[in-house]
Amino acid sequence: MAGKLNVQIVTGERVVFEENDVDMVVAPGGAGMLGILPEHAPLITTLSLGELRIKKGSVEQSILVYGGFMEVAEDKVLVLADSAERAEELDIERAEAARRRAEASIASRESTMELQEAQAALRRANLRLRVGQKRGSRRGGPSGSGPTPAAPG
Amino acid sequence: MANAREIQRRIRSVASMGQITRAMEMVAAVKMRRAQQRVTSSRPYSEQLRQIMADLATQQLDPDQLAQFPLLQKRPIQNIELIVVSPDRGLTGALNTNILRRATRFILEEAESPVRIIPIGKKARDYFVKTKQNVIAEFVGIGDDVTLDTVRTIADIAIDDFASGTVDAVYVVYSRFVNTLVQRPEVMQILPVEPAEAHEGYADYIFEPTPEAVLNELLPRYVEVQLYQAILDGLASEFSARMVAMRSASDNAKEIVHDLTLSRNKARQAQITQEVSEIAAGANAMAG
Repeated sequence: MAGKLNVQIVTGERVVFEENDVDMVVAPGGAGMLGILPEHAPLITTLSLGELRIKKGSVEQSILVYGGFMEVAEDKVLVLADSAERAEELDIERAEAARRRAEASIASRESTMELQEAQAALRRANLRLRVGQKRGSRRGGPSGSGPTPAAPG
Repeated sequence: MANAREIQRRIRSVASMGQITRAMEMVAAVKMRRAQQRVTSSRPYSEQLRQIMADLATQQLDPDQLAQFPLLQKRPIQNIELIVVSPDRGLTGALNTNILRRATRFILEEAESPVRIIPIGKKARDYFVKTKQNVIAEFVGIGDDVTLDTVRTIADIAIDDFASGTVDAVYVVYSRFVNTLVQRPEVMQILPVEPAEAHEGYADYIFEPTPEAVLNELLPRYVEVQLYQAILDGLASEFSARMVAMRSASDNAKEIVHDLTLSRNKARQAQITQEVSEIAAGANAMAG
Protein backbone atom coordinates (compact mmCIF):
# COMPACT_ATOMS: atom_id res chain seq x y z
CA MET A 1 0.00 0.00 0.00
CA ALA A 2 1.30 3.37 -0.96
CA GLY A 3 2.03 5.09 2.34
CA LYS A 4 0.90 8.44 3.53
CA LEU A 5 2.57 10.67 6.03
CA ASN A 6 1.51 11.54 9.50
CA VAL A 7 2.57 15.10 10.23
CA GLN A 8 2.83 16.73 13.60
CA ILE A 9 4.18 20.19 14.31
CA VAL A 10 4.78 21.08 17.92
CA THR A 11 6.40 23.98 19.72
CA GLY A 12 7.32 24.23 23.35
CA GLU A 13 3.96 25.83 23.95
CA ARG A 14 1.44 23.91 21.91
CA VAL A 15 0.69 21.46 19.14
CA VAL A 16 0.33 23.69 16.10
CA PHE A 17 -0.65 21.15 13.50
CA GLU A 18 -1.45 17.47 13.33
CA GLU A 19 -2.78 15.54 10.37
CA ASN A 20 -2.76 12.10 8.77
CA ASP A 21 -2.77 11.00 5.11
CA VAL A 22 -0.42 13.69 3.93
CA ASP A 23 1.24 13.19 0.55
CA MET A 24 4.25 15.42 0.79
CA VAL A 25 6.01 17.84 3.10
CA VAL A 26 8.40 20.51 1.89
CA ALA A 27 10.50 21.91 4.70
CA PRO A 28 13.13 24.64 5.05
CA GLY A 29 16.00 22.45 6.29
CA GLY A 30 19.12 23.90 7.79
CA ALA A 31 21.01 22.76 4.69
CA GLY A 32 18.41 23.83 2.13
CA MET A 33 14.81 23.08 1.24
CA LEU A 34 13.92 19.44 1.35
CA GLY A 35 10.90 17.45 0.32
CA ILE A 36 9.67 14.48 2.28
CA LEU A 37 7.62 11.78 0.59
CA PRO A 38 6.28 8.60 2.16
CA GLU A 39 8.94 5.96 2.87
CA HIS A 40 11.65 8.51 3.33
CA ALA A 41 14.74 7.26 5.12
CA PRO A 42 14.93 8.16 8.80
CA LEU A 43 16.22 11.69 9.09
CA ILE A 44 16.84 14.33 11.68
CA THR A 45 17.58 17.83 10.47
CA THR A 46 17.70 21.33 11.77
CA LEU A 47 15.22 23.78 10.30
CA SER A 48 15.82 27.35 9.40
CA LEU A 49 13.31 30.13 9.24
CA GLY A 50 10.91 29.52 6.38
CA GLU A 51 7.69 28.18 5.04
CA LEU A 52 6.78 24.56 5.54
CA ARG A 53 4.30 23.27 2.98
CA ILE A 54 2.07 20.30 3.51
CA LYS A 55 0.40 18.68 0.50
CA LYS A 56 -2.61 16.51 0.90
CA GLY A 57 -4.36 15.62 -2.36
CA SER A 58 -4.87 18.89 -4.19
CA VAL A 59 -4.81 20.89 -1.00
CA GLU A 60 -1.70 22.62 0.17
CA GLN A 61 -1.34 24.15 3.60
CA SER A 62 1.47 26.28 4.76
CA ILE A 63 2.99 26.77 8.17
CA LEU A 64 5.65 29.27 9.08
CA VAL A 65 8.43 27.85 11.18
CA TYR A 66 11.06 29.92 12.90
CA GLY A 67 13.87 27.44 13.34
CA GLY A 68 13.82 24.10 15.08
CA PHE A 69 14.18 20.44 14.17
CA MET A 70 12.45 17.88 12.04
CA GLU A 71 12.46 14.16 12.57
CA VAL A 72 11.30 11.75 9.90
CA ALA A 73 10.86 8.08 10.73
CA GLU A 74 8.45 5.40 9.55
CA ASP A 75 6.28 7.84 7.62
CA LYS A 76 5.95 10.10 10.61
CA VAL A 77 7.12 13.67 10.25
CA LEU A 78 7.62 15.42 13.51
CA VAL A 79 8.56 19.08 13.55
CA LEU A 80 9.87 20.58 16.77
CA ALA A 81 9.74 24.26 15.99
CA ASP A 82 11.13 27.07 18.13
CA SER A 83 8.01 28.86 17.14
CA ALA A 84 5.45 28.25 14.40
CA GLU A 85 2.21 29.62 13.10
CA ARG A 86 -0.30 28.62 10.50
CA ALA A 87 -0.54 30.82 7.45
CA GLU A 88 -4.23 31.34 8.25
CA GLU A 89 -3.26 32.88 11.57
CA LEU A 90 -1.14 35.51 9.89
CA ASP A 91 -1.93 39.14 10.37
CA ILE A 92 -0.55 40.95 7.35
CA GLU A 93 -1.00 44.39 8.81
CA ARG A 94 0.90 43.48 11.92
CA ALA A 95 3.67 41.92 9.86
CA GLU A 96 3.84 45.07 7.74
CA ALA A 97 4.10 47.20 10.87
CA ALA A 98 6.77 44.90 12.29
CA ARG A 99 8.77 45.20 9.09
CA ARG A 100 8.67 48.97 9.21
CA ARG A 101 9.76 48.93 12.84
CA ALA A 102 12.61 46.55 12.12
CA GLU A 103 13.77 48.58 9.14
CA ALA A 104 13.67 51.76 11.18
CA SER A 105 15.80 50.31 13.94
CA ILE A 106 18.27 48.85 11.44
CA ALA A 107 18.52 52.27 9.83
CA SER A 108 19.14 53.95 13.17
CA ARG A 109 22.03 51.52 13.76
CA GLU A 110 22.01 50.99 17.46
CA SER A 111 24.16 48.47 19.29
CA THR A 112 25.20 45.26 17.55
CA MET A 113 22.86 43.15 19.58
CA GLU A 114 19.89 45.30 18.77
CA LEU A 115 20.94 45.27 15.15
CA GLN A 116 20.97 41.50 15.09
CA GLU A 117 17.62 41.38 16.79
CA ALA A 118 16.19 43.85 14.34
CA GLN A 119 17.55 41.88 11.41
CA ALA A 120 15.99 38.70 12.76
CA ALA A 121 12.70 40.54 13.22
CA LEU A 122 12.95 41.82 9.65
CA ARG A 123 13.48 38.31 8.30
CA ARG A 124 10.45 37.07 10.20
CA ALA A 125 8.32 39.96 9.00
CA ASN A 126 9.38 39.46 5.40
CA LEU A 127 8.58 35.78 5.56
CA ARG A 128 5.15 36.52 7.01
CA LEU A 129 4.45 39.06 4.28
CA ARG A 130 5.64 36.79 1.49
CA VAL A 131 3.55 33.86 2.63
CA GLY A 132 0.64 36.04 3.56
CA GLN A 133 0.53 37.78 0.20
CA LYS A 134 0.78 34.52 -1.70
CA ARG A 135 -2.17 33.20 0.21
CA GLY A 136 -4.03 36.44 -0.18
CA SER A 137 -3.73 36.36 -3.97
CA ARG A 138 -4.58 32.69 -4.08
CA ARG A 139 -7.70 33.32 -2.08
CA GLY A 140 -8.82 35.97 -4.56
CA GLY A 141 -7.76 33.93 -7.61
CA PRO A 142 -10.25 32.18 -9.91
CA SER A 143 -9.02 28.65 -9.20
CA GLY A 144 -9.32 29.17 -5.44
CA SER A 145 -7.48 26.02 -4.49
CA GLY A 146 -7.23 25.11 -0.88
CA PRO A 147 -9.60 25.69 1.98
CA THR A 148 -8.81 29.12 3.32
CA PRO A 149 -10.61 30.01 6.50
CA ALA A 150 -11.02 33.73 6.79
CA ALA A 151 -8.04 35.18 8.56
CA PRO A 152 -9.00 36.69 11.89
CA GLY A 153 -8.60 40.41 12.25
CA MET B 1 -21.71 41.51 75.38
CA ALA B 2 -21.47 43.86 72.44
CA ASN B 3 -24.72 45.32 71.31
CA ALA B 4 -26.67 43.93 68.40
CA ARG B 5 -25.87 46.77 66.06
CA GLU B 6 -22.12 46.39 66.46
CA ILE B 7 -22.31 42.68 65.83
CA GLN B 8 -24.44 43.31 62.77
CA ARG B 9 -21.69 45.53 61.39
CA ARG B 10 -19.09 42.83 61.89
CA ILE B 11 -21.28 40.24 60.21
CA ARG B 12 -21.53 42.43 57.17
CA SER B 13 -17.77 42.98 56.94
CA VAL B 14 -16.93 39.30 57.41
CA ALA B 15 -19.54 38.31 54.85
CA SER B 16 -18.11 40.65 52.26
CA MET B 17 -14.61 39.34 52.92
CA GLY B 18 -16.02 35.89 52.37
CA GLN B 19 -17.37 36.99 49.01
CA ILE B 20 -13.96 38.25 47.98
CA THR B 21 -12.13 35.09 49.00
CA ARG B 22 -14.78 33.05 47.23
CA ALA B 23 -14.22 35.01 44.03
CA MET B 24 -10.45 34.62 44.38
CA GLU B 25 -10.91 30.91 44.85
CA MET B 26 -12.84 30.60 41.61
CA VAL B 27 -10.38 32.73 39.65
CA ALA B 28 -7.51 30.61 40.96
CA ALA B 29 -9.34 27.43 39.98
CA VAL B 30 -9.71 28.59 36.39
CA LYS B 31 -6.11 29.75 36.17
CA MET B 32 -4.89 26.50 37.66
CA ARG B 33 -6.68 24.52 35.00
CA ARG B 34 -5.15 26.66 32.28
CA ALA B 35 -1.66 26.30 33.70
CA GLN B 36 -2.10 22.55 33.87
CA GLN B 37 -3.20 22.46 30.26
CA ARG B 38 -0.14 24.40 29.24
CA VAL B 39 2.11 21.97 31.07
CA THR B 40 0.45 19.13 29.21
CA SER B 41 0.70 20.79 25.82
CA SER B 42 4.40 21.45 26.18
CA ARG B 43 5.14 17.79 26.95
CA PRO B 44 5.23 16.38 23.38
CA TYR B 45 7.97 18.86 22.52
CA SER B 46 10.19 18.15 25.51
CA GLU B 47 9.66 14.39 25.24
CA GLN B 48 10.75 14.36 21.62
CA LEU B 49 13.73 16.57 22.29
CA ARG B 50 14.78 14.23 25.05
CA GLN B 51 14.53 11.25 22.73
CA ILE B 52 16.48 12.76 19.89
CA MET B 53 19.10 13.93 22.35
CA ALA B 54 19.37 10.50 23.93
CA ASP B 55 19.79 8.91 20.54
CA LEU B 56 22.47 11.38 19.53
CA ALA B 57 24.35 11.18 22.78
CA THR B 58 24.40 7.42 23.18
CA GLN B 59 24.47 6.10 19.63
CA GLN B 60 25.69 8.65 17.16
CA LEU B 61 28.54 10.30 18.98
CA ASP B 62 31.30 8.82 21.10
CA PRO B 63 32.37 10.27 24.46
CA ASP B 64 35.27 12.19 22.91
CA GLN B 65 32.96 13.99 20.54
CA LEU B 66 30.43 14.62 23.29
CA ALA B 67 33.09 16.27 25.41
CA GLN B 68 33.27 18.99 22.75
CA PHE B 69 29.83 20.28 23.64
CA PRO B 70 30.00 23.03 26.23
CA LEU B 71 26.57 22.29 27.63
CA LEU B 72 27.41 18.66 28.33
CA GLN B 73 30.70 19.28 30.07
CA LYS B 74 31.03 17.96 33.57
CA ARG B 75 33.56 19.96 35.50
CA PRO B 76 34.60 19.96 39.13
CA ILE B 77 32.05 22.20 40.76
CA GLN B 78 33.39 25.47 42.06
CA ASN B 79 30.47 27.80 41.46
CA ILE B 80 26.78 27.09 41.30
CA GLU B 81 23.92 29.04 39.85
CA LEU B 82 20.48 28.58 41.33
CA ILE B 83 17.28 29.71 39.65
CA VAL B 84 14.47 30.01 42.18
CA VAL B 85 10.96 30.03 40.74
CA SER B 86 8.39 31.58 43.06
CA PRO B 87 5.05 33.34 42.69
CA ASP B 88 4.83 37.11 42.49
CA ARG B 89 2.00 37.25 44.96
CA GLY B 90 1.11 35.86 48.33
CA LEU B 91 -2.13 34.38 49.66
CA THR B 92 -0.89 30.95 48.73
CA GLY B 93 -0.75 29.29 52.12
CA ALA B 94 2.62 27.74 52.88
CA LEU B 95 3.76 27.57 49.25
CA ASN B 96 6.20 30.48 49.28
CA THR B 97 7.71 29.46 52.58
CA ASN B 98 8.20 25.93 51.36
CA ILE B 99 9.93 27.00 48.16
CA LEU B 100 12.23 29.42 49.94
CA ARG B 101 13.01 26.95 52.69
CA ARG B 102 13.94 24.34 50.11
CA ALA B 103 16.17 26.83 48.31
CA THR B 104 17.82 27.85 51.56
CA ARG B 105 18.47 24.25 52.49
CA PHE B 106 20.10 23.73 49.12
CA ILE B 107 22.30 26.78 49.52
CA LEU B 108 23.35 26.09 53.10
CA GLU B 109 23.57 22.33 53.22
CA GLU B 110 23.60 20.64 49.85
CA ALA B 111 25.68 22.98 47.75
CA GLU B 112 29.35 22.74 48.56
CA SER B 113 30.33 25.81 46.59
CA PRO B 114 29.30 29.44 46.45
CA VAL B 115 25.83 29.90 44.97
CA ARG B 116 24.72 32.71 42.69
CA ILE B 117 20.99 33.23 42.61
CA ILE B 118 18.55 34.21 39.89
CA PRO B 119 15.14 34.69 41.48
CA ILE B 120 12.06 34.52 39.28
CA GLY B 121 9.03 36.01 41.01
CA LYS B 122 8.68 38.77 43.54
CA LYS B 123 8.58 36.56 46.61
CA ALA B 124 11.93 34.94 45.88
CA ARG B 125 13.49 38.25 44.88
CA ASP B 126 12.40 39.97 48.11
CA TYR B 127 13.62 37.11 50.23
CA PHE B 128 17.07 36.77 48.69
CA VAL B 129 17.65 40.49 48.55
CA LYS B 130 16.62 40.82 52.19
CA THR B 131 18.89 37.98 53.30
CA LYS B 132 21.72 39.53 51.27
CA GLN B 133 22.43 36.59 49.03
CA ASN B 134 24.39 36.87 45.83
CA VAL B 135 21.60 37.81 43.43
CA ILE B 136 22.93 38.31 39.90
CA ALA B 137 19.71 38.92 37.98
CA GLU B 138 16.05 38.99 38.80
CA PHE B 139 12.82 38.48 36.93
CA VAL B 140 9.74 39.88 38.54
CA GLY B 141 6.24 40.06 37.13
CA ILE B 142 6.69 37.69 34.21
CA GLY B 143 2.98 37.08 34.59
CA ASP B 144 0.50 34.26 34.31
CA ASP B 145 0.82 34.02 30.55
CA VAL B 146 4.55 33.50 30.45
CA THR B 147 5.77 32.61 26.98
CA LEU B 148 8.65 30.46 25.89
CA ASP B 149 10.23 33.59 24.48
CA THR B 150 10.43 35.20 27.91
CA VAL B 151 11.86 32.04 29.41
CA ARG B 152 14.47 31.92 26.66
CA THR B 153 15.91 35.20 27.90
CA ILE B 154 16.30 33.78 31.39
CA ALA B 155 17.67 30.45 30.21
CA ASP B 156 20.19 32.27 28.04
CA ILE B 157 21.75 33.84 31.12
CA ALA B 158 22.27 30.45 32.69
CA ILE B 159 23.54 28.98 29.42
CA ASP B 160 26.02 31.82 28.93
CA ASP B 161 27.27 31.59 32.49
CA PHE B 162 27.73 27.87 32.19
CA ALA B 163 29.34 27.90 28.77
CA SER B 164 31.75 30.65 29.77
CA GLY B 165 32.81 28.72 32.86
CA THR B 166 31.51 31.29 35.33
CA VAL B 167 29.52 28.53 36.98
CA ASP B 168 29.90 24.76 36.76
CA ALA B 169 26.33 23.69 37.41
CA VAL B 170 22.89 25.26 37.21
CA TYR B 171 19.96 24.14 39.31
CA VAL B 172 16.34 25.19 39.46
CA VAL B 173 14.22 25.22 42.59
CA TYR B 174 10.54 25.20 41.76
CA SER B 175 7.29 23.93 43.10
CA ARG B 176 6.20 20.75 41.42
CA PHE B 177 2.47 20.42 40.94
CA VAL B 178 1.54 16.94 42.20
CA ASN B 179 -2.18 17.54 42.65
CA THR B 180 -4.49 20.23 43.90
CA LEU B 181 -3.58 19.61 47.51
CA VAL B 182 0.07 18.70 47.15
CA GLN B 183 2.79 20.91 45.72
CA ARG B 184 6.30 19.72 46.36
CA PRO B 185 9.32 22.02 46.17
CA GLU B 186 12.01 20.34 44.11
CA VAL B 187 15.55 20.92 42.98
CA MET B 188 16.35 20.05 39.38
CA GLN B 189 19.69 20.19 37.64
CA ILE B 190 19.47 21.75 34.18
CA LEU B 191 23.16 22.20 33.40
CA PRO B 192 25.26 20.33 32.52
CA VAL B 193 22.63 18.50 30.50
CA GLU B 194 22.37 14.82 31.32
CA PRO B 195 21.21 12.92 28.24
CA ALA B 196 18.72 10.16 28.96
CA GLU B 197 19.24 6.57 27.88
CA ALA B 198 18.22 5.91 24.31
CA HIS B 199 15.26 3.62 23.93
CA GLU B 200 15.46 0.44 21.93
CA GLY B 201 14.69 0.11 18.26
CA TYR B 202 15.74 3.54 17.18
CA ALA B 203 16.60 3.54 13.50
CA ASP B 204 19.84 4.76 12.04
CA TYR B 205 19.15 8.32 11.20
CA ILE B 206 20.56 10.57 8.57
CA PHE B 207 21.55 13.82 10.25
CA GLU B 208 21.51 17.06 8.41
CA PRO B 209 23.76 18.94 8.34
CA THR B 210 25.67 16.78 10.88
CA PRO B 211 24.87 15.09 14.18
CA GLU B 212 27.04 17.67 15.93
CA ALA B 213 25.16 20.58 14.40
CA VAL B 214 21.83 19.08 15.41
CA LEU B 215 22.94 18.46 18.97
CA ASN B 216 24.40 21.92 19.19
CA GLU B 217 21.04 23.46 18.32
CA LEU B 218 19.16 21.03 20.46
CA LEU B 219 20.90 21.41 23.81
CA PRO B 220 19.94 25.02 24.50
CA ARG B 221 16.36 24.30 23.42
CA TYR B 222 16.23 21.49 25.90
CA VAL B 223 17.46 23.69 28.74
CA GLU B 224 14.91 26.34 27.79
CA VAL B 225 11.97 23.99 27.71
CA GLN B 226 12.93 22.45 31.03
CA LEU B 227 12.96 25.85 32.67
CA TYR B 228 9.72 26.74 30.92
CA GLN B 229 8.04 23.66 32.28
CA ALA B 230 9.36 24.34 35.77
CA ILE B 231 7.82 27.82 35.59
CA LEU B 232 4.49 26.43 34.36
CA ASP B 233 4.53 23.85 37.13
CA GLY B 234 5.18 26.68 39.55
CA LEU B 235 2.19 28.57 38.17
CA ALA B 236 -0.08 25.56 38.51
CA SER B 237 1.18 25.13 42.09
CA GLU B 238 0.63 28.79 42.88
CA PHE B 239 -2.96 28.74 41.70
CA SER B 240 -3.86 25.49 43.35
CA ALA B 241 -2.30 26.63 46.63
CA ARG B 242 -4.21 29.89 46.38
CA MET B 243 -7.41 28.08 45.55
CA VAL B 244 -7.09 25.89 48.64
CA ALA B 245 -6.10 28.80 50.87
CA MET B 246 -9.01 30.87 49.63
CA ARG B 247 -11.42 28.01 50.05
CA SER B 248 -10.51 27.62 53.70
CA ALA B 249 -10.72 31.39 54.14
CA SER B 250 -14.23 31.33 52.68
CA ASP B 251 -15.18 28.46 54.99
CA ASN B 252 -13.83 30.33 57.98
CA ALA B 253 -15.75 33.42 57.00
CA LYS B 254 -18.92 31.38 56.78
CA GLU B 255 -18.31 29.93 60.21
CA ILE B 256 -17.63 33.31 61.76
CA VAL B 257 -20.79 34.74 60.18
CA HIS B 258 -22.72 31.85 61.70
CA ASP B 259 -21.27 32.39 65.18
CA LEU B 260 -21.77 36.12 65.00
CA THR B 261 -25.35 35.68 63.89
CA LEU B 262 -25.98 33.57 66.97
CA SER B 263 -24.41 36.19 69.24
CA ARG B 264 -26.36 38.94 67.53
CA ASN B 265 -29.64 37.11 68.06
CA LYS B 266 -28.74 36.49 71.67
CA ALA B 267 -27.87 40.12 72.19
CA ARG B 268 -31.10 41.22 70.58
CA GLN B 269 -33.05 38.75 72.69
CA ALA B 270 -31.35 40.00 75.84
CA GLN B 271 -32.18 43.56 74.93
CA ILE B 272 -35.84 42.73 74.36
CA THR B 273 -36.02 40.80 77.62
CA GLN B 274 -34.50 43.69 79.43
CA GLU B 275 -36.94 46.16 77.91
CA VAL B 276 -39.90 43.95 78.72
CA SER B 277 -38.79 43.49 82.32
CA GLU B 278 -38.24 47.23 82.65
CA ILE B 279 -41.76 47.91 81.38
CA ALA B 280 -43.17 45.22 83.66
CA ALA B 281 -41.27 46.62 86.63
CA GLY B 282 -42.56 50.10 85.81
CA ALA B 283 -46.15 48.85 85.52
CA ASN B 284 -45.84 47.00 88.81
CA ALA B 285 -44.54 50.09 90.51
CA MET B 286 -47.47 52.16 89.22
CA ALA B 287 -49.98 49.52 90.24
CA GLY B 288 -48.32 49.18 93.66
